[in-house]
This record gives sequence, structure tokens and C-alpha cells, in this order.
Amino acid sequence: MKFKKQSKSWQEIPTAALPEIIFMMSTVVRETDLLVEQKLPRASQLRKLERKSLVSYFYIGKPKNTQRFGSEPKIQVNDVFIEVNNIPMFVQGEIQKIPESEQSKMTMALKVDRDSKMGLLIDVQEKLQEIDKRKLLYNSFQSDLNY
Amino acid sequence: MRRSRMTNTSVNAGSMADIAFLLLIFFLVVTTILNDKGLMLRLPQKTDIPPTPRHKRNIYNVLLNSKDHIMIEEEEIFNMMKIRPMVKEFILNPGKKENLSVSPKEAVVSLKTNRSTSYELYIGVLNEIQAAYYEIYGERVGLSADEFRKLDRSNPKERLLYDQGRKDIPMNISFAEN
Repeated sequence: MKFKKQSKSWQEIPTAALPEIIFMMSTVVRETDLLVEQKLPRASQLRKLERKSLVSYFYIGKPKNTQRFGSEPKIQVNDVFIEVNNIPMFVQGEIQKIPESEQSKMTMALKVDRDSKMGLLIDVQEKLQEIDKRKLLYNSFQSDLNY
Repeated sequence: MRRSRMTNTSVNAGSMADIAFLLLIFFLVVTTILNDKGLMLRLPQKTDIPPTPRHKRNIYNVLLNSKDHIMIEEEEIFNMMKIRPMVKEFILNPGKKENLSVSPKEAVVSLKTNRSTSYELYIGVLNEIQAAYYEIYGERVGLSADEFRKLDRSNPKERLLYDQGRKDIPMNISFAEN
């Protein structure tokens, strides 16, 4: 029996849609969408976080969408706004992601917009003090000025 | 004009995926590098028991009012550069002055802010107070403030230097609202 050799069949995998797939991935991978203004202040005495897995982030600033959320500063965690009173609940959720032996090393990273006032931050800190999560980091950029 | 001959032309889009992927990785790396540094501090513990009163000379009052004026021990400060040496003098009190701290261990810097003080000023002043402490720590172990802050505490040798620098001089910064 003789097989007839197949005539030139030249099948290419369509690659045109690949970039779309990667772009979809990038939207998934991006951790949080910022809903508040975030221009971090500058400082010179910066220290690095030792373990990123032990950090909870708070974003504080004026909402970007002032028409919908008003112009008063707000607190954002993950992708939602929360009130000061809900901070303990949020932190409790974060604690459960961490093994018990390392819970004392948790750091609260406060990313506060440099144009905001102290008022809301004072409230947040008071709440964090109440639930005994007192290790803070004020995220800042490196300032060139160091006299 | 005559239309050109129909040919099957298509742009080779296969490498577009790689380009997008590289961009994604680039932005991921850049954003994580940028954001994880800042001023580190530990808030004082909250207790219902009023803290044991300290002698007035051991408390250094730094006040930031709603108009962003800086007052240190009732004296208005116009130049931020002055704060660091002043705080250092208060903590160490090399001249054994009556109005400055008894010992570095007892010294507390009280940073009082108003609700409408700007965050930028607060960070600026806190930065100077911390710089004073880091310079003191560094001097004790023969490092600059920068080198001291960058000590890696997971390395036993550097950990030792770190502990030595901080020994008996706790970074006592208290925060209050006024």
C-alpha cells in the first residue's frame, strides 16, 4: 500500500490574538487600582521593608473621582474605600493570612498623599493603636536633600 | 490608477506578545522598587493607665499648628535645618543643661500636630527627628546615619552593630493631637 504524500499543507497557529491575552494578564496581575490621589512625600531617612508578605497597605488621599466620591480624603484598602471604624475588620482579615509566629512583625504601610491634612491620618493611627498594630511605615520617596 | 495585484500581506504579530510581556514585567518591577521604602516607626502603646509623669525637662515639645508653623519648646522655628542639631542636643545633652534631658534613655520627643497640619510638613519634621536619632546611633558604632539605617538585621554581624547603636537610647517619639 502506498501512501500518497500529502500535498503542501501549511498550517500556522494564529498568533494575532496573543498580545490581547498578555494584556488581559497584565490587568489581572496589577494588584490594586488606585482610587485616591497618590503623590508620596519625600524624606531622607528611609528604611526598607524587610518582608513584603507581612505588610498591609492603606492608601489615603483625596478620591480621584471627586464627582462620585466627594473631595474629602478617604481610606482605600485593596480596591475599596473603607471607613475608619472598619479598619479592625480589615486588619483581622490580613492577620489570618499570616502564620501566628510572625503576626507580631506585621507592618502597616500608610501611603498618604502629600497634599492631605493630618486629620484622617490621626484617626487611622488611633484605630491601629487600639488594635495594637503599631508598627508603621510612611511610604515616601527618597529625597536628594540630606544636609 | 490600476489597483495593485492582490497579495496576502499580514504583519507578523507573533512577537507582539513578547513585547507586551516585557512591558508588563518592566512596570511590575519598577512599581515594586519605588514603593516599599519610607519612614518606619512604632506608635506608643495605648493604655488606659495614665503614663507615669515625666519631668518636664525630659520632654521635648515639637508643635506643628494648623498654619504649618513649627514651634519647638515655645520658640518658633523658620528653618527646618535647625531641627536636627536641636533634637540631638536635647537627647544627648552634652553640656548638662538644666532644661534638656537627664539622659538619652529618659528623653522623649513629643510631636504634636493639629488636624489641619499638612502631612508634608509632618513627614518633614518627623524625618529630621529620626535623622537626629540615626545620626546618634551611627556615631556610636562609627557609621553614618545612612549606613546605620541600611544595616541588614538578618545578618548577625550587622545585627550586633544595630543593637549596639540603639542600646539604651530608645527612639522615644510620642504623637499627640492638639
